[in-house]
Amino acid sequence: MKGFILSFRSEFYKSRKTLGFWASVILPLLIGVLLFIGFYTKSEKLTSMPPMMLWLQFAGAILGIMGSLVLPMYIIFIAYSVNSIEHRADTWKTLFNLPIPRWSVYAAKFFYAVFLVFMCLALFVLFTIGFGNLLSIVKPELRFDDFHMEKELAQIYFKLFLSSLGILSIQFLLSLFWADFLKPMGIGFVCTIAGVVAATKGWEYSYLFPYAHPMAAISSMLKNNHGDPSHSLQIDVFTKDVFVSMALALVVFITGYFIVQRKSVK
Amino acid sequence: MVISTEGLSFTFGKQQVVKSLALQVPEGSIYGFLGPNGAGKTTAIKLLLNLLKPDAGNINIFELDIKTNRINILSKIGSLIEQPALYQHLTGRENLLNRALLLQVPAQRVEDMLDLVQLTHAANKKAGQYSLGMKQRLGIALALLADPKLLILDEPTNGLDPNGIIEIRELLKKLVAQHGKTVFISSHLLAEIERMATHVGIINNGAMLFQGSIADLQAISKPLVRIEAENTVDAANLLTRNHINVTEVTDDHLTIPYISKQQMGDINTLLNKGGQTVYSIGKQQKDLEKLFLDITQSA
Repeated sequence: MKGFILSFRSEFYKSRKTLGFWASVILPLLIGVLLFIGFYTKSEKLTSMPPMMLWLQFAGAILGIMGSLVLPMYIIFIAYSVNSIEHRADTWKTLFNLPIPRWSVYAAKFFYAVFLVFMCLALFVLFTIGFGNLLSIVKPELRFDDFHMEKELAQIYFKLFLSSLGILSIQFLLSLFWADFLKPMGIGFVCTIAGVVAATKGWEYSYLFPYAHPMAAISSMLKNNHGDPSHSLQIDVFTKDVFVSMALALVVFITGYFIVQRKSVK
Repeated sequence: MVISTEGLSFTFGKQQVVKSLALQVPEGSIYGFLGPNGAGKTTAIKLLLNLLKPDAGNINIFELDIKTNRINILSKIGSLIEQPALYQHLTGRENLLNRALLLQVPAQRVEDMLDLVQLTHAANKKAGQYSLGMKQRLGIALALLADPKLLILDEPTNGLDPNGIIEIRELLKKLVAQHGKTVFISSHLLAEIERMATHVGIINNGAMLFQGSIADLQAISKPLVRIEAENTVDAANLLTRNHINVTEVTDDHLTIPYISKQQMGDINTLLNKGGQTVYSIGKQQKDLEKLFLDITQSA
């Protein structure tokens, strides 16, 4: 366990000056700022909206692109960046002759990628709430402060996080074995498009395909409340696509460990 | 023995890169691991560090089997394999601090190492901007960081200028003499190893051709008489006519096999009487370079 913690801290130390790390901060910030500007300049059209609809518009604008494109592409990039640090510096050999068990080195890297995705999505929640409330201060006619959906937002993003683990584990393994960006990126991109198509066309087995999971997570997030308006915003976190994603992540993670254990370091 | 291997073999695809290698590295030695490029030196080193899994054979380091004592053994080894592996986007100091974090070494040790390899002035510069020599020195600092008992260095003087090579050589000698370390150093440059090694292993095409102390190596090399003369060709002809076997003639000297001091005197007299001007005459051990070529080519 000590080896894992040391390796994890080292992952942070190594990456804290790289785009891989800062992308996780900049991406939610940038999207938050853009949306803030959009709502600020178009505020006169939005003043008539009830607070709940305002929030749904505001958060929904991000979530819409999130599930289909931003999240899968971001994950492909993160999985690449944590591994490319070692590919570029030719440091796999030094990592694997440290007096630290191989599983610690491998697991720390994987969980660092998971941590980055978690941090990014947590910041999305934070910035969505923050910029929404900021709008109600600078434009008091936008009644963002009259409705609260912090819990629901957190649930939605947590669901997105869980649904992204399947892709992350696959992309992580691809980036671990291939030093160049194009192979994992190409495979990831094609699979993402296939996933989006599968999820939007309502293919019945799309829940089994990891690249369709973020999209499926968005479309399956609202609980079927049978027309009861008092529960119109109940979030269903643990749907079957989420379970598939988590199970797949676990299987790929363990398989990857055995491959790394046997792999010779060139 | 700090390192001892038996029947160590490794195959890349269909090519056998290491053939039944039996290394014997005594404690407190500087073991020069010699061989031409592509002889299998780096592969053998990667086997020692458990980065590659051998097809056959045993590796014992500090009298422990690497298969069952990997972490324990690796904690006492510092290594530099091929080019130093550095994070280019981190400074020299950050590269060391990162490794210090992983090895749980106090930060002061980082400053000591920077000082030792004379990189204190460039510590805050990105490693990507370092010259080859500086990278190599930082690589050595990384290898020494945990104060290991055994240093395994793969061509550590690659890319260093003569001053840098001398500094590294003196540093390694000091580490062995004063701090009781053992150094296993690979090179394709014999002259480099000759100046510091106590023991030598010569490998070619994955097989060990010679292993022993430097003295053993010199003992198997036959001494020669080196004669500097005004006209080496005429001198050589004169000697040949007198049934003396001349092994080499160049513009400024010729060599013949050494037999005795008396023989050297006789040759000198012969040449003088034959009207040849002799500038110098003396006994010489066969150049290790030539010996190395002899051994690798005859195999």
